[in-house]
Amino acid sequence: MTEATNGHDRTRAERLRSGLKRRYAKERRFRAYGLLAIAVAVGFLVLLLGRIVEQGHTAFYTHSVTVPVYMDPARIDRGYPQGTNFEQLVAEQQLRRLGIADDATGSKATAMRGLFSSELKFVAAGRIARQPGLVGQTVTLAAPLSDDADLYFKGKITRATPAEQRRLSNEQIAWLDRMRDEGQVSAHFNAGLFTRGDSTEPELAGVLGAVIGSALMLLVTALIAIPLGVGAALYLEEFAPRNRLTDLIEVNINNLAAVPSIIYGLLGLALFINWMHLPRASPLVGGLVLALMALPTIIIATRSSLKAVPPSIREAALAMGASKTQTVFQHTLPLAMPGVMTGAIISMAHALGETAPLLLIGMISFVPGLPHSLVEPTGALPSLVYIWENASERAFHERTAAAILVLLAFMIVMNAAAIVLRRRFERRW
Amino acid sequence: MTWLFLPILIVAAVAAYLGGRGLARRRAAGARAHSRPGQHGAYALIWTAAPALLVLFLSAVFAPTIEHQLMAAGSPDAVQSLEPFRRQAFQADAAAVGAGRPAAQIWPAPYAELLPAEGRRAARIHLMLSLGGWVAALLAGALGGLFVFSRIRPDLRARNRVEGWIVGALFACSAVAVLTTIGIVASLVFDSSRFFASVPITEFLFGTQWSPQTAIRADQVGSSGAFGALPLFTGTFLIMLIAMAVAAPVGLFSAIYLSEYAGPVFRATVKPILEILAGVPTVVYGFFAALTVGPALRGFFNGVGALLVGGPLDPVGQYLMLVQNQMALVAGGVMGIMLIPFVSSLSDDIINAVPQSLRDGSYAMGATKSETVSRVLLPAALPGVAGAMLLAMSRAIGETMIVTMAAGLAARLTLNPLDTVTTVTVQIVTLLTGDQEFDSPKTLAAFGLGLTLFLVTLLLNIVAQRIVITYRQQYD
Repeated sequence: MTEATNGHDRTRAERLRSGLKRRYAKERRFRAYGLLAIAVAVGFLVLLLGRIVEQGHTAFYTHSVTVPVYMDPARIDRGYPQGTNFEQLVAEQQLRRLGIADDATGSKATAMRGLFSSELKFVAAGRIARQPGLVGQTVTLAAPLSDDADLYFKGKITRATPAEQRRLSNEQIAWLDRMRDEGQVSAHFNAGLFTRGDSTEPELAGVLGAVIGSALMLLVTALIAIPLGVGAALYLEEFAPRNRLTDLIEVNINNLAAVPSIIYGLLGLALFINWMHLPRASPLVGGLVLALMALPTIIIATRSSLKAVPPSIREAALAMGASKTQTVFQHTLPLAMPGVMTGAIISMAHALGETAPLLLIGMISFVPGLPHSLVEPTGALPSLVYIWENASERAFHERTAAAILVLLAFMIVMNAAAIVLRRRFERRW
Repeated sequence: MTWLFLPILIVAAVAAYLGGRGLARRRAAGARAHSRPGQHGAYALIWTAAPALLVLFLSAVFAPTIEHQLMAAGSPDAVQSLEPFRRQAFQADAAAVGAGRPAAQIWPAPYAELLPAEGRRAARIHLMLSLGGWVAALLAGALGGLFVFSRIRPDLRARNRVEGWIVGALFACSAVAVLTTIGIVASLVFDSSRFFASVPITEFLFGTQWSPQTAIRADQVGSSGAFGALPLFTGTFLIMLIAMAVAAPVGLFSAIYLSEYAGPVFRATVKPILEILAGVPTVVYGFFAALTVGPALRGFFNGVGALLVGGPLDPVGQYLMLVQNQMALVAGGVMGIMLIPFVSSLSDDIINAVPQSLRDGSYAMGATKSETVSRVLLPAALPGVAGAMLLAMSRAIGETMIVTMAAGLAARLTLNPLDTVTTVTVQIVTLLTGDQEFDSPKTLAAFGLGLTLFLVTLLLNIVAQRIVITYRQQYD
């Protein structure tokens, strides 16, 4: 070997060595980008859920004031207790107890009344209706507070805000402080959130109406989409001849799965409401729209679990003299059933969270109370989130987040059920 | 009330099954029949139930329309003279009163008196139609039953016929998917053609003015309304671009890390977490965008603006001070987060589909992992990744709730991410929520927008699926 080639080799090795450092640095950077991307995605998830829990957890408790109320016989009509203005009665007595003299126009009593929820009336009237003998006596009532007073105790309205920018006057806040110092105020679980329908008053608004509405809607969706979807998948996977028609159906289903959900809303509006004159905003129409939307997903999931059943099962059944239909219904479908049910539950969970088509079929208007039938206007959980998010009262913000938590809880339960089903029953061949 | 007929139908169907089975046994009389008695019974059941169910289905589909038209035809002149929207509301209330529910609104003088009578008429028409439907269904079932009982003989191939019916029913199920597409296209085309009859299609596609208010009086200012959808298209495009700028790199890099670098444990924990992100309903993202991201970004930009004001960049500072919650960046950014798991799982599949031999070849040549990914895997997977991105774009264009809650309503022709823009889907929701009169260009415009949206997303999906399928076949 000559000098020259040796020297050449050395420079080449050096070049490679210095390049190697650069390449390894690049490698580490690349790897870091990947980790960073995952960290960003997971970070956003944590931020999203964390913010919602942070905003929503305060809606799960609420405050009420324990007040002794003298059931003044002069103002309560025993035959018709619900006609009494209990809010005014309690407000006046509360003022007297705190030793505050009202002015001629009664503005202080009005301000005091504003601290109590209008539910107070129903609480008091209910007591009297059950025990008419209480009239003329002093009764201790747990009077629910108005949304603003409740927000003050939750620390969401503070004295730091200038008085003209908050919904409670300095005077009202001072009263609330005195009530708290006297031990009248207590915090407790907000059961009303789960036992009431929607209301224009935040402290009276609950999610039960929307939960029932969503449940009715999902019932319609499941009854229509699951049989139709499984049937279609069975046909395409087991019976369909390979021809242009079935190819068309296949392409069609793949495209339907990617059609934006709002287009289904337009279809529902044009077809079910304007053409068939089904009742607007009813769970029936909502369920039909969601069923059409869930259909492609169920078909695709069912087909993949039918594909997973090994052909040997079919061949064995056919060899024993079973007909094609008997093979499919007595062997293939039962074996594919866990996968089918998993797919169906996941698509139902997806349908539960779908909002845009519901807005177009009219589930955007305020519906008080609880739904009774499939053909009356009702709300649904996701549209309730949308409606509350748009409400101007601040107390609706925490309730929106709470409604989201309820919605997510239902979705988690459904998805967990699907996972359990898959773990327990799925067979690997 | 009329649901009482349902048990009758069920009893009739069961009777047909039992009758068919018995008849088959008796007629076979010990000889060997082609099919088993139970299969004859099933055949009888199908022939009894199917005609009845068909009639019931048709009456459920068409009865509301007929009912509506009968109500409209016989209504008093006072009702006939109402505007279309009010007339529909009146008829809905009449139906409610007839069914024993309270009316939705309080009607003024002539209508309040008409309401009970109209309600009784609505109830009568409803009862008549539903009774008629059930009687026709029972008759159809009876005819089918009579027909089938005359045919039951030992050599009847009952099993094959029953199976033929079953396959037919399954085919009908899969035809529903095609019917849905036809329904979508028909309803969109029908209503948009009425819209394009009043607004020329070129004005819709290329006009730059969007103000779809329709005036109550004809002589009001701006009563004509302007339906130039170009600002909506640019707004949609802008928000889609921002979303892809977030989702594409983050989704692609997390897919690369998960498929090439991550160990099995890491992969098994991170993948489900990303799936949770995909399962969160869009209305939740909308809430997050409107109440968390919007105010935070606005605060940030206003702060930066306050720093710049008075300095050399004064105009920029002044502009930043006025940035609002509903900027395109907020909706686009949150939509990007929503799309991360979608892009990531699609890209993961595609990268995994690249054959191992390509990786091995690259490593054997001394390449590092990152060099293998960027010079071998990505070029090989490029068509598939491009298809995945197109699918994500189609999602971003059709996404509704995030933009409805976090983007604005101002139709502005701009590509500035800090401006408020509006999108096609936001306008569809705005045009179709609230009181609507179904014939005004305002509501019909929503169907024009819907048709455009449908065509664009359909095109993107078809192209993307083509690309992905050809790509997969390349390595199969």
